Amino acid sequence: MLAKRVIPCMDVKDGRVVKGVNFVNLRDAGDPIELAQRYDAERADEVVFLDITATSDDRATTVELASHASEQLHLPYCVGGGFRSVADIRRMIAAGADKVSVNSAAVANPQLISDAAYAFGTQAILCAIDAKQVAGNSNKWEVYVHGGRKATGIDAVEWAQEAARRGAGEILLTSMDRDGSREGFDCALTRAVARTVDIPVIASGGVGKLEHFAQGILEGEADAVLAASVFHFGEFTIRQVKEHMASCGIPVRL
Amino acid sequence: MIAVVDYHKGNLMSVERGIEAAGGTACITDDADVIARADGIVLPGVGAFADASATMQELGQLAVIRERIAAGVPFLGICLGMHLLFEEGMEGALDEDDEESSHNAPGLAVLPGVVAKMPKTDAAGTAYKIPHVGWNTVAFAEDSPLFDGIPEGEYFYFTHSYIAPSGPFVVGETTHSVTFPSAVQYDDACFGVQFHPEKSSDAGAALLRNFVRIVEGR
Repeated sequence: MLAKRVIPCMDVKDGRVVKGVNFVNLRDAGDPIELAQRYDAERADEVVFLDITATSDDRATTVELASHASEQLHLPYCVGGGFRSVADIRRMIAAGADKVSVNSAAVANPQLISDAAYAFGTQAILCAIDAKQVAGNSNKWEVYVHGGRKATGIDAVEWAQEAARRGAGEILLTSMDRDGSREGFDCALTRAVARTVDIPVIASGGVGKLEHFAQGILEGEADAVLAASVFHFGEFTIRQVKEHMASCGIPVRL
Repeated sequence: MIAVVDYHKGNLMSVERGIEAAGGTACITDDADVIARADGIVLPGVGAFADASATMQELGQLAVIRERIAAGVPFLGICLGMHLLFEEGMEGALDEDDEESSHNAPGLAVLPGVVAKMPKTDAAGTAYKIPHVGWNTVAFAEDSPLFDGIPEGEYFYFTHSYIAPSGPFVVGETTHSVTFPSAVQYDDACFGVQFHPEKSSDAGAALLRNFVRIVEGR
């Protein structure tokens, strides 16, 4: 049976891991490869490196990171942040990334998903969506771009559907409302997307307690759960999280 | 030396590193002559079937690999590399959704049958997420030296939407929407695995060590 995945995410700036709380305050949590190796040893199912510099001049550092990762990691990894074209994505895939995630550029130009999926296969393309609940409507979420700074007016569930139709292999769904809040995943949002698309959904944003991971799977109906600072600062180990999930009857790779 | 076959579709460094970490000497090559001289051949899985098949044909790789497998040279096909052991593949073909299509791309034809899309629902009609991505277990259908020392039910990393046909050559099976071949073997030393051993942490490393040992035992 396919295990539900636990994925530590590293926000990377200038080759170092940082984590924004509500996308603003940054703290340093170390070397990305070293951290990823630690997660591999703890049986993390994959890792995500999210490049938050996202300016083209600093892109070279991230390509370098991807290439070190392919030499030193024995688990799958995804690189996200700032891809604007198939050429950008090709550089990262050529450096050894198993998957890339696209976000703002795909919203601006959905064809990017189609083109990238055609060129590298659907399994290589994640569509990352940052969504925020629409005020006064608990069943509607809006897509935000540019690191959560810009509203688009696009419905998150509809956008997930279009991304899947265009060939995205997974949806990485972050709740802007919950990110950094430690209140748990937005399970209503996650479930709304997971029930609509026929590709895997990774829940992200809001983990503060062990129970939250299991909730993302059981209530959010996600296929994988992602978190950052609770892992980087050693609050929970991957093993603790998986053991708790297993105790809730969720299939995990212990 | 183990040739890691390059058919120009992606980065093969993790496969190369995996073999070297397993104690083998790996060489990434697209050169049919180098492949012909190798003690072992690894066909990695990047890209789509039709595309890979066309490039491999153009570079003369298909014919050489077929010939070396027949000569008993150890072979390991990973993911798409396993699919390419079969006669035909539907992935990336012109009429991909038409099962009767004559446009399927040709594979190595070491094993019989057509590689087709994984069904989106199980027999009871329950929907499953495709691609099948993540860690899943392998049940051993037959003894294979590839799994020496690896416990039954160990997890490996999968990422794919297409599956190989079943037959007596199946040595490992995995279940998602359907139960499908996750490891196949032809003769003594030709193997294919649907998962990615180079991305499967310790279990994958153990499998690659077994393959390197098989190559060295020749």
